[in-house]
Amino acid sequence: MEATYNYKVVRQFAIMTVVWGIVGMLVGVIIAAQLIWPDITLQLPWLSFGRLRPLHTNAVIFAFGGCGLFAASLYVVQRTCQTRLISDGLAAFVFWGWQLIILSAAVSFVLGITSGKEYAELEWPIDLMIAVVWIAYAILYFGTIMKRKTSHIYVANWFFGAYIITITLLHVVNNIELPWILGGSTSLFGMFKSYPVYSGVQDAMVQWWYGHNAVGFFLTTAFLGMMYYFIPKQAGRPIFSYRLSIVHFWSLNFIYMWAGPHHLLYSALPDWAQSLGMVFSLMLIAPSWGGMMNGIMTLSGAWHKLRTDPILKFLITSLSFYGMSTFEGPMMSVKTVNALSHFTDWTIGHVHSGAMGWVAMVTIGSMYYLIPRLFGREEMWSTRLINVHFWWSTIGVVLYIASMWIAGVAEGLMWRATNADGTLTYSFAQVVNAIYPFYTIRLVGGVMFFLGMLLMAYNVWKTVAAGKAVNDAAIPQAVHA
Amino acid sequence: MLIPISLVLVAFIALVLLWAVRSGQFEDMEGPAHRILMDDDQPPPSTDKPDETQKD
Repeated sequence: MEATYNYKVVRQFAIMTVVWGIVGMLVGVIIAAQLIWPDITLQLPWLSFGRLRPLHTNAVIFAFGGCGLFAASLYVVQRTCQTRLISDGLAAFVFWGWQLIILSAAVSFVLGITSGKEYAELEWPIDLMIAVVWIAYAILYFGTIMKRKTSHIYVANWFFGAYIITITLLHVVNNIELPWILGGSTSLFGMFKSYPVYSGVQDAMVQWWYGHNAVGFFLTTAFLGMMYYFIPKQAGRPIFSYRLSIVHFWSLNFIYMWAGPHHLLYSALPDWAQSLGMVFSLMLIAPSWGGMMNGIMTLSGAWHKLRTDPILKFLITSLSFYGMSTFEGPMMSVKTVNALSHFTDWTIGHVHSGAMGWVAMVTIGSMYYLIPRLFGREEMWSTRLINVHFWWSTIGVVLYIASMWIAGVAEGLMWRATNADGTLTYSFAQVVNAIYPFYTIRLVGGVMFFLGMLLMAYNVWKTVAAGKAVNDAAIPQAVHA
Repeated sequence: MLIPISLVLVAFIALVLLWAVRSGQFEDMEGPAHRILMDDDQPPPSTDKPDETQKD
């Protein structure tokens, strides 16, 4: 009978979370600077905005966020099921496969190889690799759940499970594409080019069904799994209402799938589908805020811990941003609001309030909890440094989203302004000129957030160097009922 | 095409929910929340603490 947990794969993913976080955010800082100084990358084609932008989004979502989720889910499933992962080989395959995918993605984007679908830009050979590694991950995860020693499946595992199943489906359906080599392409780049089987508005709808559910199940559901484990653990208190967490889970699952059309308001998509997307988006406020309250209220009676514990600050602040962006999102899906906000930097601000405020902060908090435990230390090398990281990140996010709100609303209003004779009041370049200062504020915010990650890397380095890798955390042998 | 897929998915979610209810996953709505806290995942305190450890 095995006596220890597999911490090795968790450790690998946790370290790579920090590494890819730094890489992804650095690319973000570069493209933010490009919007102010377009020639900052010396007009090198490999570093042009169009190539770096998908590199940034994919790196922060799938490399940073992805590694964080692999680490968290594979740790939580073992600890809550009190059993070792079903296969060390499969775990290693998932880790190395995912790193290979990330590297191939980085190279292909820089070379300009892209399918052009947002958040699904990777071309077919990498899409196939993702499918294989993802299914291996699913087998590893669900196999471990099936051989659990506890009868109850802790709620965080339900969130991770839903994310794994849905991402499989979304990835496969959105990436059904015909490689150009089947059509007889002989050029080198033709080898990688493919075309989707869908066309026109159907292609757009499939893309945003994927795109929004990637937000819903990758960036929300999965990180909620993280939240439902690490907040109670760090606070040392049970979740405010376990019953509410169950309701949260099921209502989120039943509603989320239908919200995608809100990305295609005022497009060629049939009007009823647009309205459907808007209505379901509005309904999502209920489970989202229920979950946020559940997490925050876990601290009720122990609010003083927020004063002294910067890890808890990260986790609880992430929930505040989660609540804010899940209110903002449904509002932006209302057609009249969308008429103003669509195509403006408000959308960029909204995404970053979710991505930096919620996803990154909950991941950072969870990694600060996890890393000392994985390396046989009682706590991180420096708690003070975590506190500094927290404040830099928080101020960075606030500068980022506030500047993008102002820029976005200014763009929306200036684009739609017309003179008495019906001509446009402002040319496009005039609008760009008006939002320049806000691009600079955004860059400052992004740089602060990025520097915070460097502090984290230093702190992690010192913790790891002083500690000793634990690969033998014992599995409790007394079976709980 | 997305509507049938989504409907199949909703049916699947409903089946999983049904299984969860029938197999007694939701019988105890208090215990599981406490149980994760009883799982002590702190590494045993190291005997030789390096002096560079900061505390505030």
